[in-house]
Amino acid sequence: MGHSNLQVDAFREKILNAAKNKTPLSIEGGGTKSWYGNPNNYAKLDTRSYSGILEYQPEELVITACAGTPLKEIEAALKEKNQVLAFEPPHFGENATFGGAIAAGLAGPGRITVGNFRDFVLGARILDGKGQDLSFGGKVMKNVAGYDVSRLLPGSLGTLSLLLEASVKVLPKAAATATLRCQLSQEKALKVLNEWAGQPLPLSASCWIGSAKGGDGELTFRLAGAAAAVKAAIPLMSSLVNATELNEGVAEDFWNNLREQKLSAFGNLGADQTLYRLALPAACGPIVISGANDEIILEWHGQQRWIKAPGDEATFAAIKAIANSHGGHATRFRQGANVDPSYQRFTLLTEQAHSKALEAVQERLRSAFDPAGVFATKRLP
Amino acid sequence: MILMNMVTPPPELAAISALQSKLVSALRPILPEHALLWEPEDTIPYECDGLAAYRRMPLAVALPETEEQVAQILKICYEMQIPVVPRGSGTGLSGGAMPLSQGLVLSLAKLKKIISIDPFTRTAVVQPGVRNLAISEAVAHLGLYYAPDPSSQIACSIGGNVNENSGGVHCLKYGLTLHNVLRVRGILMNGEIVEFGGLAPDAPGLDLLAIMMGSEGMLAVVTEVTVKLVAKPKLARVIMASFDDIEKGGNAVAAIIAAGIIPAGLEMMDKATTRAVEEFVHAGYDLDAAAILLCESDGTPEEVAEEIERMTKVLEQAGASGIQISKDESERLKFWSGRKNAFPAAGRLAPDYYCMDGTIPRRHIATLLKRIQGMEEKYGLGCLNVFHAGDGNMHPLILFNGADQEEWHRAEEFGTEILEACVELGGTITGEHGVGIEKINSMCVQFGEGERESFWGVKSAFDPEKLLNPDKEIPTLNRCAEYGRMRISGGQLPHPELERF
Repeated sequence: MGHSNLQVDAFREKILNAAKNKTPLSIEGGGTKSWYGNPNNYAKLDTRSYSGILEYQPEELVITACAGTPLKEIEAALKEKNQVLAFEPPHFGENATFGGAIAAGLAGPGRITVGNFRDFVLGARILDGKGQDLSFGGKVMKNVAGYDVSRLLPGSLGTLSLLLEASVKVLPKAAATATLRCQLSQEKALKVLNEWAGQPLPLSASCWIGSAKGGDGELTFRLAGAAAAVKAAIPLMSSLVNATELNEGVAEDFWNNLREQKLSAFGNLGADQTLYRLALPAACGPIVISGANDEIILEWHGQQRWIKAPGDEATFAAIKAIANSHGGHATRFRQGANVDPSYQRFTLLTEQAHSKALEAVQERLRSAFDPAGVFATKRLP
Repeated sequence: MILMNMVTPPPELAAISALQSKLVSALRPILPEHALLWEPEDTIPYECDGLAAYRRMPLAVALPETEEQVAQILKICYEMQIPVVPRGSGTGLSGGAMPLSQGLVLSLAKLKKIISIDPFTRTAVVQPGVRNLAISEAVAHLGLYYAPDPSSQIACSIGGNVNENSGGVHCLKYGLTLHNVLRVRGILMNGEIVEFGGLAPDAPGLDLLAIMMGSEGMLAVVTEVTVKLVAKPKLARVIMASFDDIEKGGNAVAAIIAAGIIPAGLEMMDKATTRAVEEFVHAGYDLDAAAILLCESDGTPEEVAEEIERMTKVLEQAGASGIQISKDESERLKFWSGRKNAFPAAGRLAPDYYCMDGTIPRRHIATLLKRIQGMEEKYGLGCLNVFHAGDGNMHPLILFNGADQEEWHRAEEFGTEILEACVELGGTITGEHGVGIEKINSMCVQFGEGERESFWGVKSAFDPEKLLNPDKEIPTLNRCAEYGRMRISGGQLPHPELERF
């Protein structure tokens, strides 16, 4: 650990200098998600030198690792013990790190069933903006000692503190999985998925790709659980929607490519376009955005939707308004080359009626951890 | 109570009495007459929560019936700089709702409407005073239920669950309150109404919903909760396995998890507990076993059959000396009955018992149990061990006689040593009962000054004036010197009708 302590000291020195000079630091791991969130030109704080799995005991269902650890190293270690990060965090590149995945807080297809990244974070060691080495939470499933600070980190995009280490809950790989596919309209797909989700069926993930304007699209859904449960559900569910089972390799590629946004439906983003992410309640039916591409992608039983549309502010405003009216929110996820990079990527707390007062809370919270603004990159507003 | 017996109040009490009159006159115009209590005979029921050893009389108790009234009360207290202690059903086991003598108790018990149930989106919107079990009962006809099941679920409220991040027997598989609440509507101390989270899978900004969970009424007053409902499993069966050695039992727990099984419940009792509960419930427990493990599977009949078979195999390999599988629902409940009656059974063994709530990594269960055996000799006191083995959440019950001060002192020392052992083994001082006022001293053991300072930073972000339940969960330097204990006199819990896990 001698090497690690030196590394932490080096981080601390950078933080204290940044505090003194009032120059924020932009925390970065492998840089695979550098396009996500509001861009900045601040000096980078590279976490990759602080790397390695610190503790992993499969029977504890917890892995503890340094922020700079490659995500694939973590997943490989879990795979060896037949365990997984059940929320399937996207990598978006070879060099994705554990810390970067936490900071982004993104989750893949399994999210709809098992929960978000923050649901799995059990503890964290951080350096705050004063260079203090702090540990919150722990390595156990149940822990109500003190406020749950470590769960604030997923999705914070490095705007709260420097994550040094985190303990994350892992789960056994499902004993059996099966992927089925059928042609179904968006409306029917949303209906059947939500109905299934309310029944004791092993539905684990879904994706619908088709035209926003109507007609049948391609619904792919995954079952995961006990072998007997999956086996019993296949005929029951497939007969309802006339679905056929995909072979294992094809299925695995599909879910990986969906998670990594490598499916053709994610491709060919126009230079003037933006890939918008809409996070919506389960009750939200099909929505149409004027000026958007016909082809849309629905994940999480319709609760996460991907739409390609013009990248101008008026379009984003319209999308935010629609999402907001349904009780959700929208993000400029990826932008084409010609879209102004300075556009705000996220829905602001002040844009939602009942979160307005939280803006001040959030600001005070940030300054409690970072009074000098070392991490005030505004990457997450 | 002392207040009532004084003919001429000393100056300090006179000041309290003046403050009380001021507060009462400010609140009277906004509340119906029956919703504001200040006479000692009316406020006495609020002097403590489920941790009866800690009592204090508040200035007054407000029982608002609408969110608007809650907001007005908070605004008034904010202007008057009077601290507020929010309270749900009062079943908490760590004194989180203990009043402040110069503060108001804000009971949310009258906000108890189930506002809406939506089977399609599997959600229910409820007011904070709705009882945990009432949610599951209200949606049972839809084949749905609300998963977290703290042992006090027939009485505890969902608002309290949010503030304690309550667990239960089934949280190994189904998660804590945190994992089953989508949105919380609340009011900040200054009266501003806010919403945390939402019905969408995530919300803009930092994840403030996460920090609200388990915040012990210190950040905002909850006025509405949207919970996630899940499909009721078609079937549940439980395996009861005996072990002739505690270590084998502890290792069996780890082996089940390592085999890739997440049981719906995984609970353990040691020999002393088994004997105590058998006398109480006559469930036919193996009295020679050093440890008994209850391992539950739920799901479709096919799933349960498969899982029970896998579990049985693992338990056999782990050296179980006896295995029984529940044949039907009544037998399943019989197997569980002892586990659920461990607390009252403990009350029959000794005049008092003191319940701990530490959590440790599963692999250290046997280590901790052996250490506790050593401590029993060291302190000359018995201890029953009954716990959520799957989560490593231990509930040692230290038996003592509270009438003997010296014995109570030994029990305290015993408890402190157990908590310190939990922290040392990589665990935590509280898994599900909360810090409240009880474990505020132990917070100094688990966290350094930097962490505690950060906690105060979080507190101040929501409540800069530190008026919401300010003396709970996070110790000040002064507080670090205080001791807090759960002590049940004469084996009597404040809610004897509740099952205790």
